[in-house]
Amino acid sequence: MLVCGLLLTGGLYAALAPAQADTDQSQAELVKDGRELFLVGCAFCHGQNGEGVLTQGGSQYGPALTDVGAAAVDFQVGTGRMPMAQPGSQAPRKEVVYTKEETAALSAFVASLGTGPAIPDKELYSTEGMSDKELEELVARGGQIFLANCTACHNFEGSGGAMPRGGYAPKIRGVDSKHIYEAMLTGPQSMDTFSDGNIPPEDKKAVIAYLNKLDESPSYSGFTLGGLGPVSEGIIAWVGGIGLLVGFAVWIAAHTTRSSKKKDEAAA
Amino acid sequence: MSVDVSKVASTNGTTPATAKGGNTAGAIATWADERLGLGTAMKKNIRKVFPDHWSFMLGEIALWSFVVVLLTGVFLTLWFDPSMTEIQYDGSYDPLRGVHMSSAMASTLDISFDVRGGLLMRQMHHWGAMIFIASMMIHMLRVYLTGAFRKPRELNWIIGCLLLLLGTIEGFTGYSLPDDLLSGTGVRAADGFMKASPVVGSYMSFFLFGGEFPGDSIIPRFYAMHILLIPGLLLALVAAHMLLLVYHKHTQWPGPGRTEQNVVGYPMLPVYAAKAGGFFFIVFGTIAMMGGLFSINAVWKYGPYDPSKVTAGSQPDWYMGWPDGLLRIIPAWETHIWGVNFSWNVILPILVMPPLMLMILMALPFIESWITGDKREHHLLQRPRNAPTRTAIMVALMTFYGLSWAAGGNDIIAIKMHLSINQITYFLRGAVFIGPVIAFIITRRWCISLQRHDEGKLLHGYESGVLVRSPEGGYAEKHLPLPEGKAYTLTARDDDPRPETAEEIEASGVTGRHLRLRKLRARLARVFFSDNVQKPTAEELHEAQHHAEHELHELESQIAAGPNRHGPAEH
Repeated sequence: MLVCGLLLTGGLYAALAPAQADTDQSQAELVKDGRELFLVGCAFCHGQNGEGVLTQGGSQYGPALTDVGAAAVDFQVGTGRMPMAQPGSQAPRKEVVYTKEETAALSAFVASLGTGPAIPDKELYSTEGMSDKELEELVARGGQIFLANCTACHNFEGSGGAMPRGGYAPKIRGVDSKHIYEAMLTGPQSMDTFSDGNIPPEDKKAVIAYLNKLDESPSYSGFTLGGLGPVSEGIIAWVGGIGLLVGFAVWIAAHTTRSSKKKDEAAA
Repeated sequence: MSVDVSKVASTNGTTPATAKGGNTAGAIATWADERLGLGTAMKKNIRKVFPDHWSFMLGEIALWSFVVVLLTGVFLTLWFDPSMTEIQYDGSYDPLRGVHMSSAMASTLDISFDVRGGLLMRQMHHWGAMIFIASMMIHMLRVYLTGAFRKPRELNWIIGCLLLLLGTIEGFTGYSLPDDLLSGTGVRAADGFMKASPVVGSYMSFFLFGGEFPGDSIIPRFYAMHILLIPGLLLALVAAHMLLLVYHKHTQWPGPGRTEQNVVGYPMLPVYAAKAGGFFFIVFGTIAMMGGLFSINAVWKYGPYDPSKVTAGSQPDWYMGWPDGLLRIIPAWETHIWGVNFSWNVILPILVMPPLMLMILMALPFIESWITGDKREHHLLQRPRNAPTRTAIMVALMTFYGLSWAAGGNDIIAIKMHLSINQITYFLRGAVFIGPVIAFIITRRWCISLQRHDEGKLLHGYESGVLVRSPEGGYAEKHLPLPEGKAYTLTARDDDPRPETAEEIEASGVTGRHLRLRKLRARLARVFFSDNVQKPTAEELHEAQHHAEHELHELESQIAAGPNRHGPAEH
């Protein structure tokens, strides 16, 4: 946290210092825009000040957003999970509703409500400018971190897995690097929060590099059958393999020593 | 009257005829025959007859896929290093370079990425194994559902069951060898299963692993089992299975000219050898195509085994799926007695159910022959419909198997069908008990309906599709008699034996335990055969034929009279 805080403060200072007054003003406008969007699209479930809404049964209708930070909003809105189309066991990834600017405004507004992680800077997750050797080492390390922390729910190649009561760990292949970083940082829905103390930023970058490497690599071994492991392999063995071979058995048995049926009939 | 004697031997000599003249091939054949006795050995077998039916070739799929697995397996042994020595991977696959792993895993990666054709061979070996066990199972279903397991083939049935068991163990050890994450998770599960055995569990585990899990001897031990012990047993049993097949001769479907004493079909050479040999290449080609096109067990994505890691979608190969499924759906039952822990949630699905199912399978022929009292030899097959209870028993077992199997993939079903894994589990907990009962009832009634349909065809003819309008204006479909061959085939079956009545048993004078057993047996036999349709008697058939001929004449005269008698004469 300390390192992160220092980095963040330093980074922000470096970025914002020369035009302090301007950014302050635009930040305030952004929050104001965000609030308006929030009141229309989010407040119904999350409350007008993001304080959350309880159901009559005492469970959460929409959780409080006072300390989730900008990263959580950027993830949830940026991947289309929010706003939800309907209540359910889990908010699915779907078409994104808000534009980039609107998402930024919403993030700024929610961030203004309390504490919470900010949207990560690009250098935290981007591997641009790394040498091949560095990248290779990063990917190898990321693979091991991925297998130790992520595969238990998301499956060995990020194809996703089941969670209790209709929940699921979604497929995480082909997801924007920033969103993967934010997911680790904020722990959306049933996911754990992997804070920077838990998986340091450098390791988060390694995991993202590994996932990107998987996306870039050919499958090497043919069709991956959804990358789901032995279940889809078993289905292929039975439906494809046995199905085809039984078909051949029928074909062979249907043919006698005579070369064609017509000849057979002519001879009779 | 002249007789062609050119094909008749010109002497009464006792030495066999040999090729004359300077035919080299003939000379070589004679040389070999005089020393090896090939002619005598082949004279009988070369013309051995096999009946032709697609369902008789299912066992062949198993045989040929086993050959493919043996061949590819030999290839893999040339490069696989069955050692758990920890090394740092330094092969071609970048994302794992520098990662610590066992030599077994590293050599599997080498086979996949650095040995030419290695990945294809690995995938063919794995697909071949899956096909091997699957084809054994469908072959077994065919044998059971057609009654081919009956005397004298009960022992071959048992050998087949043992082959299925050994194939499964062989598959499991092979699954464990690469020492990737999935392998290790499977071995860890097996370790847990052994430890769940009350009292002796931990001793068994320490014995197998040579100490605490995972140790460094499990891979070499599995390797010895996988490439030597079990394949040896499999080969021996396959040989025994096929020798018995030759000795018993193949069963055949009933039909004109087919009896319990003969086999109608094609001779080994040239027909059947060509068909079977061709099928080998088809099986080989299919497995090669699967190995080339479809990914199986991509070990580089699983990474090396590490007890701290696990992945979603950790499943065994399909043939272990059903015990895994039972394990997934059983409630967490445990008891503690005198400091001993009985984990029923592991003992029941893993230590009890698979051996129990295997024993039920092996006992099926004996249970049936005990109930029916049928101790005769059978070489003609029965259609599944003509043994409704038997068919229903197998379908019930298949339903249990299928539901348990589905439970083994409950997580994949949940994510792919957007269902709750909990609800799937609750549903299957009930379904594994209720499903087989429903399946039994439906199958049995279905079979009996089909029997009735056959009876209808025999007695009233088949539906000709010819609609006839009567002078009164009513429409009726004409039924025409079955061709004689078809009628023969449908009636070429035995009537079910009549179970003993209670009075008969009492009258036979047996007492005590024997009396109770005979009564139980008679009761079971009554249930076994109840509601079955027996084939029509000869008189009924004659009468039906008579009636059918009359119908046919009538139809012919109607057709001769023309279709437009009651309509406009010309267009």
